[in-house]
Amino acid sequence: MTAPDESPEQPASSAEAPELLPQLLGECVHCGFCLPTCPTYVLWGEEMDSPRGRIHLMQQHADGAPLNGAMVEHFDRCLGCMACVTSCPSGVQYDRLIEMTRAEVEQEHPRSPRERVIREAVFRTFPYPRRLRALRAPLRAYQWTGLDRLVRRTGLLERISPSLAAMERLAPPLGRAPRLPERVAARGGRRATVGMLTGCVQREFFPGVNAATARVLALEGCDVVIPKSQGCCGALSLHAGREDEARAFARRTVEAFEAVDVIVVNSAGCGSAMKEYRTLLGGDPAWARRAEALSAKTRDLAEFLVELGPRAERRPLPVSVAYHDACHLSHAQGIRSQPRALLAGIPELTVREVDGPELCCGSAGTYNVLQPEAASELGDLKAAGVRATGAEVLVAANPGCSMQIATALGRQGATIAVAHTAEVLDASLRGLGAAALTRRRAPGGSTDGSGPSGPRQRFVRP
Amino acid sequence: MSEGLARLAGRFGRLLGPDSVITDPVRLRTYECDGLTSHRASPGLVVLPDTAEQIAQIVRDCAAAGVPYVARGSGTGLSGGALPRTDGVLIVTSRMRRILEIDIPNRRAVVEPGVINLDVTRAVRADGYHFAPDPSSQQICSVGGNVAENSGGAHCLKYGFTAHHVLSCEVVTPDGEIVELAADGPGYDLLGVFVGAEGTLGIATKITVRLTRSPEAVRTLLAAFGSIEAGGGAVSAIIGAGVLPAAIEMMDALSIEAAEAAVRCEYPPGAGAVLIVELDGPESEVAHQFAEVERLCRDAGAFEIRVAADDAERALIWTGRKSAFAAMGRISPAYLVQDGVIPRTSLPRVLASIDALSAASGVRVANVFHAGDGNLHPLVLFDDAEPGAAERAEEVSGKILDLCIEHGGSITGEHGVGVDKSRYMPRMFTETDLDTMQMVRCGFDPAGLCNPGKVFPTPRLCGEVPGVRKGPHPYEGKADLF
Repeated sequence: MTAPDESPEQPASSAEAPELLPQLLGECVHCGFCLPTCPTYVLWGEEMDSPRGRIHLMQQHADGAPLNGAMVEHFDRCLGCMACVTSCPSGVQYDRLIEMTRAEVEQEHPRSPRERVIREAVFRTFPYPRRLRALRAPLRAYQWTGLDRLVRRTGLLERISPSLAAMERLAPPLGRAPRLPERVAARGGRRATVGMLTGCVQREFFPGVNAATARVLALEGCDVVIPKSQGCCGALSLHAGREDEARAFARRTVEAFEAVDVIVVNSAGCGSAMKEYRTLLGGDPAWARRAEALSAKTRDLAEFLVELGPRAERRPLPVSVAYHDACHLSHAQGIRSQPRALLAGIPELTVREVDGPELCCGSAGTYNVLQPEAASELGDLKAAGVRATGAEVLVAANPGCSMQIATALGRQGATIAVAHTAEVLDASLRGLGAAALTRRRAPGGSTDGSGPSGPRQRFVRP
Repeated sequence: MSEGLARLAGRFGRLLGPDSVITDPVRLRTYECDGLTSHRASPGLVVLPDTAEQIAQIVRDCAAAGVPYVARGSGTGLSGGALPRTDGVLIVTSRMRRILEIDIPNRRAVVEPGVINLDVTRAVRADGYHFAPDPSSQQICSVGGNVAENSGGAHCLKYGFTAHHVLSCEVVTPDGEIVELAADGPGYDLLGVFVGAEGTLGIATKITVRLTRSPEAVRTLLAAFGSIEAGGGAVSAIIGAGVLPAAIEMMDALSIEAAEAAVRCEYPPGAGAVLIVELDGPESEVAHQFAEVERLCRDAGAFEIRVAADDAERALIWTGRKSAFAAMGRISPAYLVQDGVIPRTSLPRVLASIDALSAASGVRVANVFHAGDGNLHPLVLFDDAEPGAAERAEEVSGKILDLCIEHGGSITGEHGVGVDKSRYMPRMFTETDLDTMQMVRCGFDPAGLCNPGKVFPTPRLCGEVPGVRKGPHPYEGKADLF
């Protein structure tokens, strides 16, 4: 798709690729430390589906081997979770390598008609809140009439397209989606004025999270500015190698938030993409400085609240929560301690750790739609880990993770309440009590017969 | 692909399922080397079996076809021990990663060969136990690989090598039989022969490991010295005083610089060497000895001593050391990891000679050692884009081994001989020694198909009279000769 105000002669960041790529590839010393944190290596135990193996494939291609179906298959299977970036002692920038590779795959590699249809459907829907909104009414009707359970029982969608079936399973139960005003005033003395990104999926499918975020910020003394002109931040496109599309979204986001000094983001994938604008638009003289400024003032909600320090009174929430590290928060932004500190700051709340916190849940942007099988195996592993904590509420800071893990729990016949960090804080600050969290119905709560996998035996595919 | 390999690929596909046999050349090439990238060979075929029976069948089929085979775990070895054969089959155990049994009362666990070293410890940590061998790659290296290489680690000074922690092994022999080798039976200690044989005597398919009680107390300090010599003096003083630390590790200025860049371990600035000393055991003993170690370090000239206050600080001290190899990527485009052993007392002299060697050749050498047992890991740095640089680095690396042998040491402490050091074996052993070792090998693998080309510089024909060579070894496709 051609994005708005796209000027074709824009110098891309990939313009520096010819010299940059060999240098980035050369940093890998083949030590293998990345292997155990790579979700696909954990699943299949194959070198080609590990970061070290993928870098080897990139090197083969850089040395002259043509980009072929085998290579693309292994690049496509990468979740982009960046756990390998965290575990690499040599500082290999795998995140940049895979983004550059994906951009090349998008340009050079012809995809099958089936793949093209799915990809176009995803990238023409998800980044557009208005199009997502249009889906809400039929989806709600579909859920309310019970048609969803019927369709799942017949396995009809699975036969038509596993990707379509994955999309259907992942849709959260929908309630009303209230619109947020353009400005929410601080309670008590004003301590800061912040911009707030509402996101696409967050805004349409998890409106409660945005409302809670705005309330928490206001209760902590922030004037919250929610520009109407904002759209998709471009995270999905960027992480899928659709660079031009991502750049167009990025420019629009830069413009929308130029008036504020801090932008608070409650979705890990969006925050991580916005912090990357400096690289994405770095090669574009007209935008480099503005993009740099935007990246510098982007904060994840938890990161911002810890920097700001607590002022509002925390009321007790006697509840146990399992905190799930979203990859784009922990690996991409290095934010692990802040959300835990915020949760631990709530009286009577206990935080439980999920086994293998570095392992991706399989959501990974559009991955659970484009690679449904691998995603669902990873979801099962994560769900088993979450169940083992015995916690009453699962807390995650990314809408994709919440949908993914809740769906996997549903497959295992388990129910757990799901909440965003913002919603837990909101419940504490407003004194709603633990029931406000534990009563929440977990989405995707139907079983499809596939059993749970134990945490010890990680290898799934025989 | 040769006709023989193609036939095997078909058989293995039926045996294991198509997802477990790799024949595509692009995919095969990702297996062309292990942790040692200077030797590469794209395997003829890769198989990913799931059971011992499958491995036994694969080995029988290879034997019948006269096709060589090599076992590989996580591919982190540093001597090219798992270097594939272009005309052979690479048997990868990365999918055999089940912990089959944990028996805390008897302090043992039974694991498959692909189980990751650290996962054994993770599985028993809550019970107060651990698996003692701790190579720096413990977060990814496999127990099967540890058995093949008899891996050590920072704590083997006190706790010993893998050989001391393996109670028995189920092994697929080169004739495709599944046998059990145990340490406690009467007769020859065949398990002792098998552990550390670098995959040349068979493939371990199930390993019973010893679990070690985790110590009551662990205390760790980091001491910074102006020079390597001063640090070496402290090591000798500590051992001489009768203290047996769990670990004594030393890093020189260059390796500190790399670790700093990689993991920001915040070692004292300006140190010519740092020493990491860890003591463990009963609380009162550790407290007493720790005070003594601190005093000895100060006496030897330590200008700063940091004591880890908790597990997080201990982990930070260790992070710098454990990431040192891989961190070299931060200060050099390429490097060779050397592994040699010298008597502890020769440390200052050997290091001075390495310095001289480095100055004369213009090749930078960083040093990381398990100082307690004299195991050196010189890291020879070079730029692989520069013509001739790799050869010069290789030469310096070889001369370092000569120094080790001159001082009464060994060409490898823990990385193994593999393909990388086979040519140095004659510098350490006579031809008769090597022939004798090869006769042991012939007892297990007369056809010479099991990880051929490793350990020995010149493979010999089984049945040859020791010391009398009959010409080049025809170890390709000639199994029927024997």
